[in-house]
Amino acid sequence: MWARAWRLGLRALVGGRRGFTCKADTKGSGRITAEVIEHLERLALVDFGSQEAVARLEKAIAFADRLRAVDTDGVEPMESVLEDRCLYLRSDHVIEGNCAEELLQNSHRVVEEYFVAPPGNISLPKLDEQEPFSHG
Amino acid sequence: MAAPMLRLCCPGRRWALACIDGCSRHRRGAPNGCTSSRKRGQSSVAQQPFITAQKPRKGEHEWAAVVGLEIHAQISSKSKLFSGSQVHFAAPPNSLVSFFDASLPGTLPVLNRRCVEAAVMTGLALNCRINKKSLFDRKHYFYADLPAGYQITQQRLPIAVNGSLVYSFCAGKNRSQVINKTARVKQIQLEQDSGKSLHDDLRSQTLIDLNRAGVGLLEVVLEPDMSCGEEAATAVRELQLILQALGTSQANMADYEIQRQINELENGGEILNETRSFDSKLGCTIPMRDKEGKQDYRFMPEPNLPPLLLYDTESLPAGADPQQVIDIDRIREQLPELPSVTREKLVQQYGMLPEHSFTLLNEVGLLEFFQNVMKETRAEPKKVTSWVLNTLLGFLKQQNLAVSESPVTPSALAELLNLLDRKAISSSAAKQVFEELWRNEGKTPAQIVSEKKLELMQDQEALEQLCHAVMEGHPQVVMDVKKGNPRAINKLIGLVRKATLSRADPTVIKEILEKKLAS
Repeated sequence: MWARAWRLGLRALVGGRRGFTCKADTKGSGRITAEVIEHLERLALVDFGSQEAVARLEKAIAFADRLRAVDTDGVEPMESVLEDRCLYLRSDHVIEGNCAEELLQNSHRVVEEYFVAPPGNISLPKLDEQEPFSHG
Repeated sequence: MAAPMLRLCCPGRRWALACIDGCSRHRRGAPNGCTSSRKRGQSSVAQQPFITAQKPRKGEHEWAAVVGLEIHAQISSKSKLFSGSQVHFAAPPNSLVSFFDASLPGTLPVLNRRCVEAAVMTGLALNCRINKKSLFDRKHYFYADLPAGYQITQQRLPIAVNGSLVYSFCAGKNRSQVINKTARVKQIQLEQDSGKSLHDDLRSQTLIDLNRAGVGLLEVVLEPDMSCGEEAATAVRELQLILQALGTSQANMADYEIQRQINELENGGEILNETRSFDSKLGCTIPMRDKEGKQDYRFMPEPNLPPLLLYDTESLPAGADPQQVIDIDRIREQLPELPSVTREKLVQQYGMLPEHSFTLLNEVGLLEFFQNVMKETRAEPKKVTSWVLNTLLGFLKQQNLAVSESPVTPSALAELLNLLDRKAISSSAAKQVFEELWRNEGKTPAQIVSEKKLELMQDQEALEQLCHAVMEGHPQVVMDVKKGNPRAINKLIGLVRKATLSRADPTVIKEILEKKLAS
């Protein structure tokens, strides 16, 4: 599957005579803006700490973008590799639980059988509050 | 677009597992703006009406409030949606939590059959199209009571779509005008509930109880078809009754909260031109500035769950394990009677006014009470309706009692109404007896009647003599009556009644007097 898609992709890049529908690439230059990086960092709590990391991200996106070269008109998207599997239905009986002590051992702080968390989400510092670093 | 958040509290009852919990998609969008303080042991409920105001065009001065709703109802099931831990509202913190609920690595979701059935039943009751194939997705956001960092929901392809909720809005001066309205149901989806956060502002920390994490929810999304807070509240009330009749959710919500919602929405609706959140502690609305920017939930298919396939009698695969397949037609056949049908039957069977059928169904246990009285009495349905809705309900409301706490039993009321029907007592005497019964001293209506000597005079002759005596004793009044004064006869009746110690029927007295006056 992968191999075939790859070959098709190459042909499209080289010749473009087969008429594959190629969706417009919004980031033509393949660069990711600083705003997008900041947004991603907030959403996923990932730290793109260096220019290298951002470059790697850009390459990963470019690599995945080659999928667009495949003509998928009229093809149903695959939702999951499990789509042909049967979804098992469990009977409505109580069979687990009652392990508060065990679970609470995982917590750094505990108050009377409650997990302790900081009060609400702690926002990441804004872009201009971070160290000066050019995201390109 | 986030919406005003209103927090409700449910009375804690042993069987009240579920609450109507309405949350907008952006419940956690601005964590800095909202506090969700929920009392320990009580299931708290949030209803977040999604209010949008239409943009005024040039020349228009009025904002039209348009209300859409997203309602979350906790499913009545023994175990959770994707795990086998118990669903129960009162338990020691974190005692009803499985490894999956706590999001420990290596755990996987396993779908609860009962939750799927509940969703199908609800979809059918709301005239939805049941999607034979539906999908599960992950909705990502960070919050301490969501250990996995995502909630499993059905965003792309929910289990039921395109239905309708018919509700009746009582309008007019006496609320006697019953208008049928319909709110379109956009979709119904299965999703997980999150845990509970208790905010300890003093120590700047939040305590997390995951007992509720993973409990199955039905999210019912109503299109913005309702044009005011009261309509929305009525629609929600009807949905509540439907869910209770189906048994898919206990759907308990304090009545006073519905009223508070109405006030809130009607106030909010007039000045709304931005999204606001309601802070129940401050008791006012505060603007909700989403510091995080537009919330992005990064929806993705739930990779651990194949599509959910449902069948009907036609498509049911032969030889399939009945435990592993769900037949929509079977579920449809077994649907219990819906409130609208019950009401219609009451109107047809008893000639009841529609608005009375609403009141009977709106109070928990009142319909059953009414039906029990009807079984034991010969009195006319209209009389029974009046006594149940006016007298009994009036007394209950005065002392804030539930029907189940009524000191007057259906049998007692039936006996009282039989006495009244037989004309053994007058209606004012009946009221007195009722008050005595309310005091719950263990006496039957018959006993009270005889103790207080409330029986109507049965002796016609004696009554006629009394009338005669009164007429003789008050010649001036008699003259007034003969002159044509319409009020004078009432005075005479009153005098006779006094003489009989209120033991005569005023209509009978009137008849006798009129006969005598004519002669």
